[in-house]
Amino acid sequence: MSAHEFEPRIVGFLCRWCSYNGADLAGTSRMKYPPNLIPIKTNCSGRVDPTHVMKAFAEGADGVLISGCHPGDCHYINGNWRTAGRYPMMKKLLEQLNIDPRRLRLEWVSAAEGDKWARVVTEFIEEVRELGPLGWKDQVADEYEQQEAVSA
Amino acid sequence: MSKPKFAMYWAAACGGCEIAVLQIKEKILEVAENFDIVFWPVATDFKYKDVEAMADGEILLTLFNGAVRNSENEYMAHLLRQKSQVLVAFGACAAQGGIPGLANVSTAAEIKELVYIDNPSVQNPDRVFPVERFEVPEGELDLPHLYDTVRALDQVEDVDYYIPGCPPEGPQIWAVLETIIGILKNGGDLPPKGTVLGAGTKTCCDECSRVKKEKKITGFKKPWEVPWDPETCLLEQGIICMGPVTRDGCGGRCTSVGMPCRGCYGPPPGVTDQGAKMLSTLASIIDAESPEKIAEIAATVPDPLGTFYRFGLAKSMLRRAKV
Repeated sequence: MSAHEFEPRIVGFLCRWCSYNGADLAGTSRMKYPPNLIPIKTNCSGRVDPTHVMKAFAEGADGVLISGCHPGDCHYINGNWRTAGRYPMMKKLLEQLNIDPRRLRLEWVSAAEGDKWARVVTEFIEEVRELGPLGWKDQVADEYEQQEAVSA
Repeated sequence: MSKPKFAMYWAAACGGCEIAVLQIKEKILEVAENFDIVFWPVATDFKYKDVEAMADGEILLTLFNGAVRNSENEYMAHLLRQKSQVLVAFGACAAQGGIPGLANVSTAAEIKELVYIDNPSVQNPDRVFPVERFEVPEGELDLPHLYDTVRALDQVEDVDYYIPGCPPEGPQIWAVLETIIGILKNGGDLPPKGTVLGAGTKTCCDECSRVKKEKKITGFKKPWEVPWDPETCLLEQGIICMGPVTRDGCGGRCTSVGMPCRGCYGPPPGVTDQGAKMLSTLASIIDAESPEKIAEIAATVPDPLGTFYRFGLAKSMLRRAKV
């Protein structure tokens, strides 16, 4: 692998009851998957405010993965139903902002599905790798520098 | 002793803010009595060079309305900051980017292409575009450079206070001016820097006269698709109303006449991305028998960007569309 190959930076929001334990299981079972995902533990996938997703992209993430309990298994009864509702809206919004909606992904991973976790993360990283860098921070910075140069 | 100096400037905006100032009616005379109006292009004949000639900090109060989207806007933002002790972002455009901020879904080149070529009522086979510099016998003429990205005032310059609204409500404008005049006359401290003036600290729902119960909707509707109901919360009727994510201060004027809140007063305290919060709110009140069904209904939301970020795109987390 060359040193210049693009390595996607993925932010993962994992619910503490299912997906975080699923990721733990993948680790303790010594399953191998790429290290590009930064996991953030949330109480529930329903706690993932769309602001968090936007902030992740704005701060330089190339992809965002939200992962929670399977519908019906939510520790808070229906927190993940809300996530299910936000997801298509966020996808549509990203599309309007000319960001490939595939950069955002929602998955249900239970505490017993370490293998699914490893598979989902591997797949998602490969998908984002193909999409290439998003580079939001650089885009905005460049833009402002250009504007200030013109006005000076 | 000479009177403190007052300025008002109009950048990328529709002009509604300038008219809104006249909503204070005869009290405008009190403004003139207490302030020396030194620069207000809409109302007076002072020129940029008059402002340039002033000492730094000579103007006490500048109300700056409009977003910053070209080099002239930006120049004036820097100039007025330098010459003013108190710079106020006046109105939704200066405070949030406002409606002009929606231009951030495209680039300057795309906008010019649409306006001068693709517009159905335009015939321009020679592709004539306005140029920024042009030589005439009398000298060189120049036009401001149009930026790709529209910015709110505080993304360009240091801002002391914000007065939100599209436009700010007359009584609110007067309340702010009256406070400042009072401080000038009787002493006292100005509010801390960064304060949002002329607005509340709760949400529009708090002021809205409609009856709110449990919110459960099964689809999105336009105001004309529901039978007239002056009582029930608009969101509960399925109309997308930005009330829950919008700062109060307007008195709930739109909702009292059956029109949903558009979000012009900007986000309430503690919210950075008004649109993302609205998206979250809306998804939370969809009522269906399964998450799949909820997702199906959520996917039918028309134009999330234009609805949720109608006034706040420039100040949102992502600020603009990807180029």
